[in-house]
Amino acid sequence: MSNRYPIIVLILALILLLASSIFYRVLEVETAVKLRFGELVSANIEPGLHAKIPFADVIRKVDRRLLTLDARPESFYTVEKKRLEVDSFVKWRVVDVEKYYLATNGDEERAKVLLANRVNNDLRDEIGLRTLHEVVSGERDQMMATLTDRLHQAAMADFGVEVIDVRVKRIDFPQEVSNDVYNRMRADREKEARQYRSEGLELAEKIRADADREKVVIEADAYRQGELIRGDGDAKAAEIYAEAYNQDPEFYAFSRRLKAYEASFSNKGDVLLVDPESDYFRYLNKVDAQ
Amino acid sequence: MAWNEPGNNSDKNGGDRHGGRKDNDPWSQSNQGPPDLDEALEKLKAQFRGIFGGSSRKGSGGGSGKGSGGEFPKSIVMFALLAVVAFWGFSGFYQVDQKERVVILRLGQYHDTVGPGLHWNPLFIDQRFSVLVTQEQDYRVRGLMLTEDENIVEVPISVQYTIPDPKKFILQVRDPITSLHHATDSAIRHVVGGTKSSDVLSQGRQAMAEETKVRLQSYLDSYDTGINITLVNILKAEPPKAVKPAFDDVISAKEDKDRYVNEAKTYANGLVPEARGKAERIMQEAIGYREKLIAEADGEAQRFVKLYNEYRKAPEVTRERLYLDSVEGVMSNVSKVLIDVEGGNNMMYLPLDKMVSQPKSALPEATASGQNDIVSQVANQVIDRIRQEQSRARRSEAR
Repeated sequence: MSNRYPIIVLILALILLLASSIFYRVLEVETAVKLRFGELVSANIEPGLHAKIPFADVIRKVDRRLLTLDARPESFYTVEKKRLEVDSFVKWRVVDVEKYYLATNGDEERAKVLLANRVNNDLRDEIGLRTLHEVVSGERDQMMATLTDRLHQAAMADFGVEVIDVRVKRIDFPQEVSNDVYNRMRADREKEARQYRSEGLELAEKIRADADREKVVIEADAYRQGELIRGDGDAKAAEIYAEAYNQDPEFYAFSRRLKAYEASFSNKGDVLLVDPESDYFRYLNKVDAQ
Repeated sequence: MAWNEPGNNSDKNGGDRHGGRKDNDPWSQSNQGPPDLDEALEKLKAQFRGIFGGSSRKGSGGGSGKGSGGEFPKSIVMFALLAVVAFWGFSGFYQVDQKERVVILRLGQYHDTVGPGLHWNPLFIDQRFSVLVTQEQDYRVRGLMLTEDENIVEVPISVQYTIPDPKKFILQVRDPITSLHHATDSAIRHVVGGTKSSDVLSQGRQAMAEETKVRLQSYLDSYDTGINITLVNILKAEPPKAVKPAFDDVISAKEDKDRYVNEAKTYANGLVPEARGKAERIMQEAIGYREKLIAEADGEAQRFVKLYNEYRKAPEVTRERLYLDSVEGVMSNVSKVLIDVEGGNNMMYLPLDKMVSQPKSALPEATASGQNDIVSQVANQVIDRIRQEQSRARRSEAR
């Protein structure tokens, strides 16, 4: 009689199994399609608890949130044949589930591949029409709006996908172009640095020259002033002498000479050869020299 | 889980180093997986097995009658079922932190967003997703970017954000954090691409950060992410490593320029005042010369005038006296040689150079007075000799 319990358990398990194969749940972030023996009978099933016929119906769920396609970076050429590495992403969302399911079998990876091909083609076209400057700065918004619009139209028509946004994440130069850019940047900086240095030398030289000039001018000016003052002194002295000595030039000549003699023969080393007959020695030999 | 495919982790993009949280899918934060009926069944089976094991043990140990054995396990089964229900009931309780909001899906459909406090939701029927709404979160990234003038700069950027709308954050976008990263990459490059490299590297950062914030917010709004950007901060933008030395050299060149100018100013500042000083000296010397000359002239002139006034009173005598005074002074100072020139027939040799210089060379260490002594000695000898010669000549004349 304890064998009754396994039977109860078995029945319970069967009920649960049946329930799990009848009921299915669609989450808020999903939508679903129902296939009956491979035939699509219901699309766009709303979130909530739903029932299906076990074994006959197959439920395929599709994410209806905003999804991201992060394409691999690709090389594109601008109108002036410059190569760019462009890394873009696409924001897309499944809108028409039926169309989406028919086109991709509900396989998101497949949808991504389709989108990636289209976005790369569009990018190649758009970038090929523009210069590097326009791609990098000028018309970026415009270009993206065009791309989004075009991709949206195509994707909506072909597999029921709404494209919200196409954006370029990164635009890089390939390595060899980067090196050229680095060399140019370096050359620009070197030019700038050299300019600063030579400007410094220029200013320094000007300041030095100015100082030198000022020095020479100051000294020359001082010399002129000095000579003027000296000349003044000379003139004044001459005037004083002339005024005094003019009273008796003969006496001046006499007294001045005497002074000069005294000044000239002041050293014991000076030897004077004198005639004893001279006036000074008048009385040396005779008393009455008169 | 159908909504959590491996394609989610596709944010391995190039050289960018993404910071922030690792698990970008909020669905993976939740420890509440969707109820798995198989799993539930397994649990139930395990419960039953436990009951059977217990009943067999109890049956052997209890020793009660076989007739009443049927009722005894039945009550245990009831008890076990109650326990399961109680367990299920209790596990529905959870608490929500002040900085969180919890989005609840009932049977897959959006049901409610609950705030802080204690809540109960039935397990297996409701799903919970918690989101940090008030906490400022931070995301940092740096990368090489093209500027408007086709230079390359490295710009580190930090983005602070909150998630004020947890419903949108959970339900509208798969991987909203990755979307934020992508949008940040795009927005900052767009802004840098429209700015000159000199502005990026120097003063333009504030404006760039503001522009990036507005742009980034508009992207995120168009994606319905429920993320609000509170701050975009562009940290110090740098030139790429390959050209950094050249940029550094510009800075040192600016400093060199200042240094050259300062050195020159130092030179000028030293030179000009010195010249002014020298000029002052020249002037003062000239003035000194003038004053000296005038003073001397004045003095000499006055002396002369005074002397002349006396001279006029007695010209003859004064003249004679002045003459003698002067000549006496001269004579007493010099070495004298008296020559009777008229007795020219006598050959006379005077070693004048020796008379003057010999004492010096012969006695180099002699004092000045000694020299004078010697000179006067020699002179006296010469004079004596001349006298003798003269007297002899006179005697012979007289004879």
